Amino acid sequence: MSSNLTAVGDHPTYDYKVVRQFAVMTIVWGIVGMGVGVLIAAQLCWPALNDLVQPYTHFGRLRPLHTNAVIFAFGGCALMGTSFYVVQRTCQAKLWGGWLVPFTFWGWQLVIVLAAITLPLGLTSAKEYAELEWPIDILITLVWVSYALVFFGTIVKRKTSHIYVANWFYGGFILTIAVLHVVNSAAIPVSLFKSYSAYAGAADAMVQWWYGHNAVGFFLTAGFLGMMYYFVPKQAGRPVYSYQLSIVHFWALISIYIWAGAHHLHYSALPDWAQSLGMVMSLILLAPSWGGMINGIMTLSGAWHKLRTDPTLRFLVVSLSFYGMSTFEGPMMSIKTVNALSHNTDWTIGHVHSGALGWVAMISIGAVYHLLPILFGRKEMYSVKWVNVHFWLATIGTVLYIAAMWVNGIMQGLMWRAFNSDGTLTYSFIEAVQASHNGYVVRFIGGVFFLSGMLLMAYNTYRTAQAPREVASDNSPQAQAV
Amino acid sequence: MDKGTWGAISTVLVAIAFAGVCWWAFAPSRRKRFDDDANLPFADEQDDGATQKKAKDNTPSTDDVARRN
Repeated sequence: MSSNLTAVGDHPTYDYKVVRQFAVMTIVWGIVGMGVGVLIAAQLCWPALNDLVQPYTHFGRLRPLHTNAVIFAFGGCALMGTSFYVVQRTCQAKLWGGWLVPFTFWGWQLVIVLAAITLPLGLTSAKEYAELEWPIDILITLVWVSYALVFFGTIVKRKTSHIYVANWFYGGFILTIAVLHVVNSAAIPVSLFKSYSAYAGAADAMVQWWYGHNAVGFFLTAGFLGMMYYFVPKQAGRPVYSYQLSIVHFWALISIYIWAGAHHLHYSALPDWAQSLGMVMSLILLAPSWGGMINGIMTLSGAWHKLRTDPTLRFLVVSLSFYGMSTFEGPMMSIKTVNALSHNTDWTIGHVHSGALGWVAMISIGAVYHLLPILFGRKEMYSVKWVNVHFWLATIGTVLYIAAMWVNGIMQGLMWRAFNSDGTLTYSFIEAVQASHNGYVVRFIGGVFFLSGMLLMAYNTYRTAQAPREVASDNSPQAQAV
Repeated sequence: MDKGTWGAISTVLVAIAFAGVCWWAFAPSRRKRFDDDANLPFADEQDDGATQKKAKDNTPSTDDVARRN
C-alpha cells in the first residue's frame, strides 16, 4: 500500500530504551537459566551435586527454576524486547503507554526474581511450566495486561495502514498466553504460599496440557515466528518469500495448535478419543509449521551468499532448520505407537531442546545480535568473529545435546519394554538409568558448549556497549533521544 | 444432534474457513498490496539511512537499502 511508503521520512523517535533493557536482560537471564540447566545436567551425571546446599539445590527444585528461567526469563525478555522494537518499526509509531512501558519491564523482572526465590524454597503449585504460586500468578497477569496494552496501543496509533505479519504473530501470542495463564492458573489459595488447582483429576491434567502445549505453541512458537518474520527479512535485506503464505501460515497455525495438547497425555486416564484427537491435530500441525519454515528459509533465495559472511543471518537461518526438524519430530512422536516408545524417556527432553536450543534460543540470539549495534548506536558488534564462534558453539552444543538424548531415549524405551519369554521384565529400571550415564555426560558437554557461547555473547555485548562512541556521535536520535 | 454430527459440521465449517483464508490471501487482485505490505520492515529505513547511514556505513543489514527503495 502506498501509504506505507509515504510515511517514510517523518516517523517519530522510537523508544529504544526498553528494548535495550530487555535485550541486555535476555543475555543475563539466558546465562542464568542455561547455567542452572548445565548444573542439573551435571547432577544427572554425578548425583552428589544434588547435595551442594540441600534441600535448595535438589534437582527437583532446580529443574523448574531452569525451565522458568529459560522460557519466561530468557525467552520472555527476548519476546517482549523484540516485539516492542518490531511493533514500533513496522507501525512507524513510538510505543504507546507512558509508565506502562517501564512497568512492563520492571514487573517482568520482579516476576523472574520472585520465581528464582520461591522455586528453590520448594514453593510450587506443581503444574509444569506454571509452577509459580498464586500471588506471583496475579502479578504475572497484571504485567501481561500492561504488556498487551502497550503492544496493541502502539498498533492502534500506527502510521501505516497495514499491520505487518510479525505483529499478528506477536499479537496472537500475547492474547493466547493471557487466556492460557488465567485459565490454567485458576486455583483456591489456602495460604499466601499454597494453593490448589481449581480443576480435579483428568480434567486438571487436560487443562494443564492444553496450557502446557500452547505455552509451546504460542509462547515458544508464535511469538518467535513474529521475530522470524521481521528479523530474517531484515537481516537478509529482502522481503519475506511469500507474504500470502505468511497469512495462511498465521491462521492455520493458531487454529490448529490449540487442539494438540492431548498428545502429552497418551496412555493416561484421559479418554481415548481425546488422545486420538490430540494425535491427529498434531499430525495436521506439520503443514503450517513447515509452511512457515519454508517461507522463512526461502526468503534467502537469491541471497544465500550472505550466509558466508554474516553470522547473525546464520543464527536466524539455522534456527529455522532446527524448527523444521523439531516440528517434524513432534508430530511423529505424537503418533500413539511411536509415543509408546518415546513417552517418559529422554527422547522427549531431546525433542524439547531441539526446539528450545536450536529454534527458540538461536533465533533470539540472532535477533539480539541484529539489535545490539542499533540499540547502542554502533556500526556492528565489537567482534563479528566472536559472533561466528558463538554460532558454532551453539550449533555444536545443540547437536551434541539432542543426539545424546535420541540415543538415550530410544535405548530407555526399548529397555523398559523388553520382556523375557516367561513374561518378566528383561531389565530393572536402574539398569536403564546406568545405561544412560554416557548420554548424560555428552548432554552435559553440549550444555557447556551452549552456555560458553552465551558467555562470549555477554562479553561481546559489554565491549560493544563500551566501544568508543565516535561512530554514533554525529547523530543517532533514535538511540539517544529516549 | 449427536456428537458425530456436530463434529462433521464443524469439520466442514473449518475447511470452508481455511479455503476462505487461502482464497483471500492468494487472490490475484490482492497481489500488489501484499507485495507492498511485505516491504513494511524496510519502509522506515530511508529515515534510518538519513540518520544512521553515517553510523552504520555498510553493514550487511543496510547495504541493500538503496536497491530496494
